[in-house]
Amino acid sequence: MKTIKLLSLFTAAILALNSCSSDDDPEPVNEEEVITTMTITLVPQSGGAPIQLESRDLDGDGPNPPEITVSGNFSARTLYTGSIVLLNETETPAENITTEVEEEAEEHQFFYTLSPSLSGSTEYINVDGDGNPLGTEFAFSAGDESTGTMTFTLRHDLKKPNDGTLSDAGGETDIAQTFDVVIE
Amino acid sequence: MKVVLALLLSFLAYHVSHGQECRGVLYGRVLDFHNQTPLVGATVYILELEKAVLTDFEGRYRIDGVCHGNYQIELSHPLCRTLLFEVEIQGSTERDFQMEHHLEELEEVQVVGELLPDLTKTAQEQRLATKTLENYSGGTLGDALREISGVSTLKTGSNIVKPSINGLTGSRVLILNDGVRMQDMEWGDEHAPNLDINSADQVSVIKGPAALKYAGDAIGGLVVVERERVAVGDSLFGKTLMTLMSNGRGGNISTEMTRTYKSGWYLNGQASFKRLGDREAPDYILSNTGMQDAGLSLHAGKRSLNQGWDVDYSYYQADIAILRASHIGNVDDLIKSINSGVPSVIEPFTYELGVPRQEVSHHLGKANYYLRIKGVGKWTAQYDFQNNRRFEYDVRVGADRDKPAIDLELTTHTVMTDFTWDASSNLELQAGVLGRYQNNFANPETGVRRLIPDYDKYDFGAFLIGEYRFKDYWLFEAGLRYDYNQIDALKFYRTSRWEERGYDEDFPQFVVEDLGSQLLTNPVFEYHNFSASAGMRFTLDAVSDIRANYALGQRPPNPSELFSDGLHHSAARIELGDLRIANETSHRISLAYNRNGDRWGITVEPYLNYIKDFILLEPTGVEFTIRGAFPVWSYRQTDARLAGLDLSGYFQWSENWESRHHFSLTKGNDLDQNQPLINIPAPITRNALAFTKPQWHQFEISLESTYVFRQNETPPNIFVFSPSEQELVELEINTPPDAYHLLDLRAGMEFALSETLVLNTGLAIENLVNTNYREYLNRNRYFADDLGRNVILQLKLYY
Repeated sequence: MKTIKLLSLFTAAILALNSCSSDDDPEPVNEEEVITTMTITLVPQSGGAPIQLESRDLDGDGPNPPEITVSGNFSARTLYTGSIVLLNETETPAENITTEVEEEAEEHQFFYTLSPSLSGSTEYINVDGDGNPLGTEFAFSAGDESTGTMTFTLRHDLKKPNDGTLSDAGGETDIAQTFDVVIE
Repeated sequence: MKVVLALLLSFLAYHVSHGQECRGVLYGRVLDFHNQTPLVGATVYILELEKAVLTDFEGRYRIDGVCHGNYQIELSHPLCRTLLFEVEIQGSTERDFQMEHHLEELEEVQVVGELLPDLTKTAQEQRLATKTLENYSGGTLGDALREISGVSTLKTGSNIVKPSINGLTGSRVLILNDGVRMQDMEWGDEHAPNLDINSADQVSVIKGPAALKYAGDAIGGLVVVERERVAVGDSLFGKTLMTLMSNGRGGNISTEMTRTYKSGWYLNGQASFKRLGDREAPDYILSNTGMQDAGLSLHAGKRSLNQGWDVDYSYYQADIAILRASHIGNVDDLIKSINSGVPSVIEPFTYELGVPRQEVSHHLGKANYYLRIKGVGKWTAQYDFQNNRRFEYDVRVGADRDKPAIDLELTTHTVMTDFTWDASSNLELQAGVLGRYQNNFANPETGVRRLIPDYDKYDFGAFLIGEYRFKDYWLFEAGLRYDYNQIDALKFYRTSRWEERGYDEDFPQFVVEDLGSQLLTNPVFEYHNFSASAGMRFTLDAVSDIRANYALGQRPPNPSELFSDGLHHSAARIELGDLRIANETSHRISLAYNRNGDRWGITVEPYLNYIKDFILLEPTGVEFTIRGAFPVWSYRQTDARLAGLDLSGYFQWSENWESRHHFSLTKGNDLDQNQPLINIPAPITRNALAFTKPQWHQFEISLESTYVFRQNETPPNIFVFSPSEQELVELEINTPPDAYHLLDLRAGMEFALSETLVLNTGLAIENLVNTNYREYLNRNRYFADDLGRNVILQLKLYY
């Protein structure tokens, strides 16, 4: 008798619990920290058309790889002023993550790595509150005619100041994107 | 405690006092007068000869070397009135005795430590006693279980320790906490059992899925955590344990009180607290590896011969920091960490728990009732409630810095009832049913896509098991079990992932709502699981037996295997479940030879476990994101074979010197791919030499050596494209660490402070020579060395 009572109580409990939880659908999560898009605009100081490097990955950690576009070739022996814009395009309107990085400048830094075959050099323009490089703005001095890659890496929680190499800086990678470029 | 000692001594006495001249034998069984169940641990004493023996688990006893004549036999048992019998012994004399079990019902009053009956009679089963558990008061359940041959641990650092039985862990190892199946998100590699080792009085391990009373899906095995059953009587007793350790610069304290009454009422309360700062490897601080945990348990009940009930509540809470250097940005960071050999972050010692960190809490409530019906059997019913909450804090930036990345709440209600027919002395049958409802809630406030979705789960199970004794020496055991599971989830998939997995073609009916870049889906799955077990035991003599068992187990996929879909920062990998995964089926054949003599003992346990549709997680490729490349680990099913051998033994060299030996070997093969399985423990051997001198305040000292071989059988490494190297590089994710050897020293003494107050002091030094090593089954082995020397001081006060 007691078994039956217990079982029926249990069944009733299940029904009660079920009926109060099954109807409301869960809320979707739109990730806020995601960086979907990095746009680097390089403006030649001598005037002319700017060059744009862009990496865009709308599904974030999803299976699709980022779409990488390079708008044109650099001109040899030319100085460019670069600026980097980071967006989260999963939100509408798109959220500008650059502002967040600049607000926490002491914990962030961009690194620029040119492949050995590429002739040129980079220099930081903007700095954090302690006077250490941040690098959302930088200068690129294109050298002689050559082809190679430019890699942009954003790290947070890294060692600052560092010797400018990724290995010394440590920290964690927010962005690591490589672009095939040509200097002509 | 005194009773056990007396019993053990009398047990030893029997073996020492073998007379050689006379060849008469007195043997038989001691049974309960009411229901003919065997009485374990009854003392049969021949007054004239001063010979005593203890009955075994089947109530059997045997006294050799008795001359022809009339003797007075004194029969005593802790729970019965002592009786005197007059017996004539002539040659081989069989005599069964019956004792009236006045005080308590046998199964309910499992008096102390070593005397609890086995949970299965024919499977491989090993047990840790209270004393061993107390040594690990400042550690974890997993650490203590490594004392058993064939049990290893899958660790994340040194504070997150999951038991692994014969190479199987996670959902394949079920933890039964005082009769309640733990529902504590056991599916994750970095999810340790949410229970306090200090709340356990005894722990048994049953290898394989043979214990059908509890479950059919414990393909690896069952860890049974039990509390001491209290005897009826008017008493108040307790104990307090304090452990201090140098590595982590902290310790723990645990205290317990029990009050019993003549009327059968009892009350028991236990609480413990532990705090550790950063742990240390021989050469550096393991930054962010501190922890804090607290446990509380309360028990009350009333027991009598015919009926009884208990109510129990326990709470466990743990904050565990995870090695800072193990948090990885992308595959380049992982390569960097593996190659550098030292952790990327080493900071000064601190007690602070930073990120990554997990905070878990577990509430368990239980009510239990039993009724014995004279001449028929016993009926029990139980309800339990569990609430498990898990927060995982990750390294985050900006406004989300202090928000958890994972926030899950798992709530479970279970009712079960069973009936045991034990009226017949050689046949026992037990049947029962179980119903369970479970709800998982994944909080969207985290701002991180859910790794495990919201779901409702319904389980129903029924079993029938029986055991039959034949001619005293044979015992046969067989059982059947059926389990039904239904899981009803609500999960958001990225549209791109849904299509990449091919779910748009296989499961279009699950889509509830299209949100553009995400889909809300409602997967509902049902699983039917059949399990069975059959075995036999042959008792060779009073100290040895042979067991053989076949067990069939079926396990449905867990939520992680079905639904995982996201980036695991701690492993720098994307883990993908598969909705198509079906249940896995294990066929396990095991043999065991046990000998438990006074001078020497040995246990030999070979086994073969063939698992059809074994679910495993392995690297399958690489996906690119704006953060760089990540290896993808996917679940798939294969046929697998695990085979191995566990050995253990002891030898008493002299009155004071004893040696103990363990060896364990496991081989795991993926039969479809014809390659070794991942995460199979390396062969291990442990050997200890102990010196004991009871006259010097129970002085004992032991030196233990643990040698872990290199695991030479691992799946191949994977190759990934490294953006920073601009080429394919080998990711040495499966390369095993070297073999290692550790020495542990333990010493202890006991002082009687007064008649009712005993102080036991212990000193242990683990990793005595401060060896640098890394363990294959530690997930942090890529990033840092394992623990260095640890000096542990322990004070135990019994009152």
